[in-house]
Amino acid sequence: MSLVTEIDYGTPAVKSEKTVTLNIDGFDVTVPEGTSVMRASMEAGIEIPKLCATDMVDAFGSCRLCLVEIEGRRGTPSSCTTPVSEGMVVHTQNDRLKKLRRGVMELYISDHPLDCLTCAANGDCELQDMAGAVGLRDVRYGYEGENHVKTRQNGEENPRYMAKDESNPYFTYDPSKCIVCSRCVRACEEVQGTFALTIEGRGFESRVSPGMHEDFLSSECVSCGACVQACPTATLQEKSIIDIGQPEHSVVTTCAYCGVGCSFKAEMRGDELVRMVPYKDGKANRGHSCVKGRFAYGYASHQDRILNPMIRENVNDPWREVSWEEALTYTANKFRSLQEKYGRESIGGITSSRCTNEETFLVQKLIRAGFGNNNVDTCARVCHSPTGYGLKTTFGTSAGTQDFDSVEQTDVVIVIGANPTDGHPVFASRLKKRLRAGAKLIVIDPRRIDLVRSPHIEAAAHLPLRPGSNVAVLTALAHVIVTEDLYDEAFIREKCDWSEFEDWAAFVADAKNSPEEVEKISGVPADEIRKAARIFATGGNGAIYYGLGVTEHSQGSTTVMAIANLAMATGNIGRPGVGVNPLRGQNNVQGSCDMGSFPHELPGYRHISDDGTRDIFEKLWGVKLNDEPGLRIPNMLDAAVDGTFRGIYIQGEDILQSDPDTKHVAAGLAAMECVVVHDLFLNETANYAHVFLPGSTFLEKDGTFTNAERRINRVRRVMKPKNGYADWEVTQNLARAMGLDWNYTHPSQIMDEIAATTPSFAGVSYDLLEREGSVQWPCNEKAPTGTPVMHIGGFVRGKGKFVVTEYVATDEKTGPRFPLLLTTGRILSQYNVGAQTRRTQNSVWHEEDLLEIHPHDAEQRGIRDGDWIRLASRSGETTLRTKITDRVAPGVVYTTFHHPGTQANVITTDFTDWATNCPEYKVTAVQVSASNGPTEWQVEYDEQAKQSRRILPAPDAAE
Amino acid sequence: MSLSVTSEEVTTRVGAICDGLAGLEGPLLPILHEVQEEFGFIPEGALQTIAKKLNLSRAEVHGVASFYHDFRTEKPGRHVIKICRAEACQAMGADELGNHAKRKLKVDWSETTANHNVTLEPVFCLGLCACAPAAMVDGKVVGRVSKDRLDHILNEVES
Repeated sequence: MSLVTEIDYGTPAVKSEKTVTLNIDGFDVTVPEGTSVMRASMEAGIEIPKLCATDMVDAFGSCRLCLVEIEGRRGTPSSCTTPVSEGMVVHTQNDRLKKLRRGVMELYISDHPLDCLTCAANGDCELQDMAGAVGLRDVRYGYEGENHVKTRQNGEENPRYMAKDESNPYFTYDPSKCIVCSRCVRACEEVQGTFALTIEGRGFESRVSPGMHEDFLSSECVSCGACVQACPTATLQEKSIIDIGQPEHSVVTTCAYCGVGCSFKAEMRGDELVRMVPYKDGKANRGHSCVKGRFAYGYASHQDRILNPMIRENVNDPWREVSWEEALTYTANKFRSLQEKYGRESIGGITSSRCTNEETFLVQKLIRAGFGNNNVDTCARVCHSPTGYGLKTTFGTSAGTQDFDSVEQTDVVIVIGANPTDGHPVFASRLKKRLRAGAKLIVIDPRRIDLVRSPHIEAAAHLPLRPGSNVAVLTALAHVIVTEDLYDEAFIREKCDWSEFEDWAAFVADAKNSPEEVEKISGVPADEIRKAARIFATGGNGAIYYGLGVTEHSQGSTTVMAIANLAMATGNIGRPGVGVNPLRGQNNVQGSCDMGSFPHELPGYRHISDDGTRDIFEKLWGVKLNDEPGLRIPNMLDAAVDGTFRGIYIQGEDILQSDPDTKHVAAGLAAMECVVVHDLFLNETANYAHVFLPGSTFLEKDGTFTNAERRINRVRRVMKPKNGYADWEVTQNLARAMGLDWNYTHPSQIMDEIAATTPSFAGVSYDLLEREGSVQWPCNEKAPTGTPVMHIGGFVRGKGKFVVTEYVATDEKTGPRFPLLLTTGRILSQYNVGAQTRRTQNSVWHEEDLLEIHPHDAEQRGIRDGDWIRLASRSGETTLRTKITDRVAPGVVYTTFHHPGTQANVITTDFTDWATNCPEYKVTAVQVSASNGPTEWQVEYDEQAKQSRRILPAPDAAE
Repeated sequence: MSLSVTSEEVTTRVGAICDGLAGLEGPLLPILHEVQEEFGFIPEGALQTIAKKLNLSRAEVHGVASFYHDFRTEKPGRHVIKICRAEACQAMGADELGNHAKRKLKVDWSETTANHNVTLEPVFCLGLCACAPAAMVDGKVVGRVSKDRLDHILNEVES
C-alpha cells in the first residue's frame, strides 16, 4: 500500500468541445479550448513550478513562480492565467526562467521560518518542494530584515509576528508560516462558498484574516477544511498531523455521515488514522467535504465504544461481558424459544441506514430466511419512506432522478423542507456555486434557512409556510402553472398519461387551490406563490431538491407526489439539470431501502406477495418465504405492548432517541423479552436491551454505501475491527448460531448475491466498482456503467402519473393550550441523534439543543435569550434553553434533536404519514413557558440511563 | 462633551448610507467613503452592518476596508495633516519635514495630538512631485512645504 497521490493540474478542467493543439518544451499537447498553459503542460507530464495555483480554484497569478516563455510574445506570462491557443510554442525551462524563479523563491524564503525538520508539513509542503524544484541554494537577502517569523527582532517585540491561532479544534493557523498565496481565501469562496477568509491589509502587511481579524472559531468559518487542504505550507494544518506526523499510506473510502456520500482518502500511519482528505475523483463531492466527514471521525476510537459483547437477564441488572460465542448462542436460543412459545411472528429486526448494503441485505435475509417472517423494517421508515412510495407511484422508481453533477446545469432550483447548508453541506456548496453563477433559487421552508440569504446567495423567493401546509402550497404553485398556461404540453403529451393530467389540471385549477385561498392556510402571501411559480415554470432547467421537511408529515407521501407533479407539468424530468432530488439523511438510507429492508418489499422494491420474486430468493436460499408483509416499526412496538411481539435485533439504530413519541417506544421496548442492540455505543435504545453486540465503524469493514443519487460507493477497510468482527460477520455468526448455513468470506460475495437476485443491481460487482470508482443504479445489461440521470426518453413505469393531491390538514392542531407549532431539524456540526458527533470535538459548535423562538412569542411569555424553558405538547414535555431569533416566523418554534438530554422526541406525537407511517416530526402543537430546570421525565430518564449502563467488572478482575 | 456614538446609531446611520448607495455598481467603496465622511472614521460595527446590507461576508468587507490606509478606525483630530513620504518628496527633504512635524506636535505617524486637534498621517504620493515636498491639510494639497511653511500651517490649525 502507498499514499494515493492525486495530480494537481494547477487550474480547473475546462469543458469545451473545441480542442487546441500547442507545443510545450517540444511536445505537442491537445487540450480543450480555454485550458491554461499550466494545466496543458501538466497533462503532457511537465510540471511547471507553482505556489498560488491549485486545481480546486481558479487561477490567480500572484506567486510569479509559474512564469513561462511563449514564442512570439513579450515577457514571461504566468502559465496559470494564460489560456492556450492554437500553435502556441511554450518553453517552461531556460536560464532566464530559472533565474526569475530563484529570485522569487529567495524573497519567499527570506520571510519564512527555516524549521523544516520540525515542521508538521515536512514531506507535504509545496514551498519546500518548490525550493527544491527551482534549485534554491542561497538567500541573498538574509533573514534579518523585517519579517513575520521571529517573535523578537533587534531586542524588541516584533510587531508583525502573530501567534498561532489554535481556536479551531481540528486545525491551527500559524501566520508566521504564511506566504499569502490566497489559496485558502479562494477555497473558502469558490469551493465552500462561505467567504469567511480574506486578505487584510496590503503589501508586506497582508495577512490572511478569518472574519474581521478574528480567530477561526469566532469567525464565519464552518470548518469544512477546504482551506487546510488548499494551503501549500503548514500555515493551516490539521492538528492530527501535528500530533502524529505525516501518513504513509492511504485508502479511498466513503464517508459514513449524510446521504451525499463523499469519497475520502483515509490517510494512515500504520493502523492509525491520521486524517481524512476528500478525494477529487469522488463523483459526489469532487474533492470537497464538510466538518463532519473530514474531521469528526474521533468517535471511532472514543472511550465510550463498547468492544466486548454483553448480556443481562434483566434490564435493571448491570451488563456482564461475555464471549462472542456466549452472546450469540444466548441470543439464538432466546429468539428460538420466543418463537416456540409465542409463534414465528413474535420476533423481528431493524436494519441500519448507517451500515453497508451488504450488512443490510444480510439482516433482512436473516429475518426472512432465518426468523421465517417479514418483520423487518429500517430507519428509513422515519425519514424517506414517503419518497419511496411517492416516486414509485408517479415515476416508477423509489429514488432521486439525478446525479449531483446535474446541479451544474440547473437554472432554477426549488429547495423545499431541506436545509442543505447544515444537513448536506457538500451538496450545498455545489448548489451555491451554481447560484453564484446565476441560477435562481426558491426556498419553501418555515424557517429562514441560510440559503435564503447568505453572502453572495439570495433566494428569488422564500415561501415561509406554516408547518404542515406543504401540499397546499405545492398545489397552489401548480394552480398558477396550469391556469396561466405555463405547463409543458409537449412533454406531458409525450411522456405522461394525458387524461390523468387533465384530471389533475382540473383539480389544481379549482379556485380552492388558488394562491389567494392557500394564503389563508399557509400564511404565504399569494403574490409570492405566484412569483415563485412563474420563476420555476419559465426559468429554464428546473430542479427540485427536498428533505425531511417534505416527508415527515401526515401528508408526506402526498407532498412527494405533488413535487413529482410539478416536475412533470413543467417538463423537468429526464435530462441533466432538472429532476426530483430527495436529499437523503443518512449515508445509506437509499441503500437500506434498496436492499429490501421494508416488511413488504424484497430487494429492488419488489413486493413480497409477488410469486416470481419470492421464487428467486427461495431457490437461492433454500427456504420457503412468507408471502405476507411483516410488521413496521410502530406496529412492532404496538404488538410488543400487546404482548405478541417479544424479541428484536436492532442493528445500528437508536430508535428510542430517533423515533417519535419516546415514551411509547420505551414502553414497547420494555415489554420485550429479548432486545438485541448491535451498535458502537450503549445508545439510548440499549437502556432497554438484554444483549449488546459491539459494532464496527465504517473504517473497519469492506462494503458499499448508496448515496442520494443512487451512487454505489465502495467502503474500504482501513483498520481491523476493534470489536473483533465487521458487522456483516456478526450477523452471519448470529445466523449460524440460529442454524443457518452461511459462509460468506468477503462482502463482495454478498454483493454478488444481490446482483444475482436484483435486476437493478445485476451489473454491480466489486470488480466493476474498482474499475469505475462508483456506479449509479440501475446498473445492468442496458446500462453497464450505471445510470446518472433516470427517465431519459420515458418514465420507468411507462407513462408518468399525475396524482391528485388533496390537502388534508394534520390532526395535530394548535389550540389555546398548545398555541405554537414546533418543527425540528439539524445543525451542521452535529449529526442525527449525535451518537457519533457528540463524541467528537464538533460539540464546540453545538453543545446542546436550543429552542428557536420568534422575539414576539418570547416577549409574550417573558422569555429572554438563553433562558431555560419548558416545552410541552400533548405527548410530553422537556426543557431546554432558548435562542431568540426572527429566523422562525411568529407562531413557529424550532429545535434540533442531537442530544439525548433534551429528548425532543418526547414532545413529538405518533401521527404518521397516511401511506407509509413515516412519523410527523415536523409538526407538533406545543406550548413554551418559563422553567427552572429539567423535567421529572428528564431526571428519571437520566437516572435510568445511568443505571442501565453499568457494566460489571470482568470476573477475573473481581476475584 | 462626549462625541461617542452608540452602536444603535451607527447601525441606523450606516444602514441609511447603504440603502442610499446599494444600487450602484460596486457599492462598497462609495459606501465606505460616505461612512468615513459621516463619522470622520469607520466606527465599530459599521462593517458588520455594511456586510449584512450588501450580503457580503464580514471578512470581505474587512479585507477591502483594511486595504486602504485612508479608512480610519479611530476618530481623527479636528485637523488632518498628511505629509508625503514617497520618493520625490523624500529627495526634497520630506523625512526631515516629517520629523519636524512629529517633534512639534509630539506625536508619531498616524497619531493624534493629546488635545485631539491634529492627526499626522503619512501619505505615499499626492501626485504633486513637481512641488515636492508636498502635504495635504484637511483635504487641500499644499506644495513646497518648508519647515517655516509647516509651522505656519500648524499655527493656523491650532488657532
